[in-house]
Amino acid sequence: MSEAITPSDFPVADAGLRPPASVVTEKGWVRALLIAVAIIFLALFLVLPLVTVFVQAFAKGLQAYLAAFAEPDAHAAIRLTLVTAAIAVPFNLVFGVAAAWAIAKFQFWGRDLLVTLIDLPFSVSPVVSGLIYVLVFGSQGILGPWLLAHDVQIIFAVPGIVLATIFVTFPFVARQLIPLMQEQGTAEEEAALTLGASGWHAFRTVTLPNIRWGLLYAVLLCNARAMGEFGAVSVVSGHIRGLTNTLPLHVEILYNEYNFVAAFAVASLLAGLALVTLVIKSVLEWRYAGDLAASARH
Amino acid sequence: MLHDLSLDVRAGELLGLLGPSGSGKTTLLRIIAGLDRPDSGRIIFGGDDATRMPVQERAVGFVFQHYALFKHMTVADNIAYGLNARKRSERPAKAEIKKRVSDLLDLIKLSNFGDRYPSQLSGGQRQRIALARALAVEPRVLLLDEPFGALDAQVRKDLRRWLREIHDRTGQTTIFVTHDQDEALELSDRVAVLDRGRLEQIGTPDEVQEQPASPTVLKFLGDTIEVEAIAQGGRVLVNGRETPVTAPTNAVGPVKLYVRPWQLQFANEEHAHLNGFVRSSYRAQGRQRIEIDRPGGGLLVVEASDNARLAAGLPVGLRINSGYVFAD
Amino acid sequence: MAVASVRPKRRFRQPSVIPGFGLTLGYTLTVLSLIVLFPLAALVVRASGLGLSGIWEVATDPRVFSALRVSFGVSLIAALTASVFGSIVAWVLTRYDFPGRRIIDAVVDLPFALPTAVAGIALASLYAPNGLIGAQLAKVGIEAAYTPVGIFIAMVFIGLPFAVRTVQPLIAEIDREVEEASAILGSTRLGTLTKVVLPPLIPAVLTGFALAFARGVGEYGSIIFIAGNLPYVSEIAPLLIVIKLSEFDYAGACAIATIMLAISFTTLLFINLIQAWSRRRFGYV
Repeated sequence: MSEAITPSDFPVADAGLRPPASVVTEKGWVRALLIAVAIIFLALFLVLPLVTVFVQAFAKGLQAYLAAFAEPDAHAAIRLTLVTAAIAVPFNLVFGVAAAWAIAKFQFWGRDLLVTLIDLPFSVSPVVSGLIYVLVFGSQGILGPWLLAHDVQIIFAVPGIVLATIFVTFPFVARQLIPLMQEQGTAEEEAALTLGASGWHAFRTVTLPNIRWGLLYAVLLCNARAMGEFGAVSVVSGHIRGLTNTLPLHVEILYNEYNFVAAFAVASLLAGLALVTLVIKSVLEWRYAGDLAASARH
Repeated sequence: MLHDLSLDVRAGELLGLLGPSGSGKTTLLRIIAGLDRPDSGRIIFGGDDATRMPVQERAVGFVFQHYALFKHMTVADNIAYGLNARKRSERPAKAEIKKRVSDLLDLIKLSNFGDRYPSQLSGGQRQRIALARALAVEPRVLLLDEPFGALDAQVRKDLRRWLREIHDRTGQTTIFVTHDQDEALELSDRVAVLDRGRLEQIGTPDEVQEQPASPTVLKFLGDTIEVEAIAQGGRVLVNGRETPVTAPTNAVGPVKLYVRPWQLQFANEEHAHLNGFVRSSYRAQGRQRIEIDRPGGGLLVVEASDNARLAAGLPVGLRINSGYVFAD
Repeated sequence: MAVASVRPKRRFRQPSVIPGFGLTLGYTLTVLSLIVLFPLAALVVRASGLGLSGIWEVATDPRVFSALRVSFGVSLIAALTASVFGSIVAWVLTRYDFPGRRIIDAVVDLPFALPTAVAGIALASLYAPNGLIGAQLAKVGIEAAYTPVGIFIAMVFIGLPFAVRTVQPLIAEIDREVEEASAILGSTRLGTLTKVVLPPLIPAVLTGFALAFARGVGEYGSIIFIAGNLPYVSEIAPLLIVIKLSEFDYAGACAIATIMLAISFTTLLFINLIQAWSRRRFGYV
């Protein structure tokens, strides 16, 4: 213990000029192995299916690909998907902002329960989500006789598709905004009020700009899910070609008819949407990480 | 939590609300601002009853502890916010708002910072922006919640002096909350000392220091030594020896005598009121601080200006030159 | 100027000067009731009409029972797989820096973004006997498509992001000083990992596992194309609900749905318990 320490006692000197291996990471080969496992796994399970969509879509050339979109049924499906998203997303946007305002800016009894209830649709199987609307609005449903008497059709029609879509995308905006707005607190709103702003003015000029990136993020994910929802919509749609077929349902029909190129062509449209969503989402995460609230990533 | 309390703020004064955390000072400030609502009682501005007046109409300027600047707006937009929030009919013209903002930026000595964002500023600069934003609406009263709480020691000192200057120049009625005695005593025209939701005393810094109304005020304003004493007809005796302290006439029998460290003096046995043994001594800011063990337990800390180092274990006597006894 | 008293009181809502509470809470509760609670209640009412014995009868029907067994059994194995590889992916993405890391990080969310039907047909064509991977697997005697193996693959696909994203933030928050302390105290790297780093991650891994499991049980779109849907072999419970509905057998559909709902709520409860335990034990979720 008492001998003088010479430079050669340090392993650094022995190992040439290599810095000592950090104590907080693994050996080089372990790292390389783990990275390889992760990349191969992700490539196999996630990237390959995505690539397949485009490969299959163009398997018979550009002509065949474009032919899939020349059909009136495809047009109808695109239109219905856009209409559905155009109703469901703003609906959930308004709901999400209102819910987040009540939950994040105020303390009240039963707040945690309310958050759990808003989250419920995420833990319900898509098929069950469709089923419950059939039980309410279907011909044998609770409101069925009344709807029949008044000649209102919801199930096997557009309203049912919109409702089911709203249900499955229900929590997106609220669960993104609640932690974000809780983190931001109420000081800025209070400052605006003391400066004479009305509640609405304070919301528009202070709250909304503060949550804009989080809101955009949530709307993006909500929209991707709304346009891509399959299970719930499938149950309530009735698969009437040209009338109640959304894009994912159209994909299913084409695939089951062994019209693979057309099925994958239409699917590539949805895959493209997913890619755009992922890119914008990632850009938002890289640039505005702090404005999205780290606690809720999906 | 606040108990019934009444506070009268004079026009143009700089009033410090001083108290430990949890004393209710921030609550009181927020009630005045209209951010919190009292269960009972009234708020009166000038002659108007403002108790039921919504926060927007109170015309108060509130500077938040962490400033609450609008992150997404430039400094100029932050300052102009209150003016832009007014109804169209009451809103000043664009040019006038611009002029007002630039005047305020000059006042807070950040003339060229109008286009920056709050995130690009230091803590002290943000504090000044928050003040300018509050002043822009020409408030009836300016309220500051722990204005220097989140700043470094040096910046605090500069900003204190600066706030005093601004106040002297504008004559703006101002109430600020602090838990720092030095800050309150240095800045305020009058200090209101709060403790556990009660107003203990209100007065000029000299008044609260020279004639503290209660042991709480005394203890909160600085280091205090508690000594057991006997009061007899206005005289106060410690260990059977008379002290120069006078007691209120209704204080009779065993009382507590409160002494500041500098009100004690080393003395030889026959003049000493207290005695003990030196435990240790150290020097701080040009003065000696000496820790003394009292026989029967208890530790005294006294201050002395002489440079003599007192050896540990040395027996010493202490004489009480002045102190405070409160009526029960 | 100010005369005031404030006393703490028990009340439904803490007072606040921020406006809009009544409006936003009222709107929230109304919409929540109409969109979520009322329709879910319809299922509960319908199921309670069947009674426990009615549900039991449906559940013990051999075809239903085997569908439930496939859904739960395969989802369990898939969630386990997703958790193991998901944890590795999360570790690699958080702790190591290598070219393309950010892109790979973004790719993890693909199953969230890609519509399930698209994923379903892509997986089906990849793993079909004449597909790119299916052909290779066939050589070693594994039939992927139209068997429970295919269901497993789809469930791993759909569950993976949950496994990664619940663990990732916790790995990022690991205090490096704790690892350094462990090393200074003489622990090997493996010892540090197994005794210091991994234990606090267990709740998150369990949560991710539970989420992936719940998602797998309920999943429909990405599975039905690859599963082949052979009754008693590769038929999943959600598909059986669809089949019962198309046969207008509402009671059967409701019974299966109720069982699935019960399982997903149990899973939710399980997750909450893990998180409560984790908060007590480690001070975070």
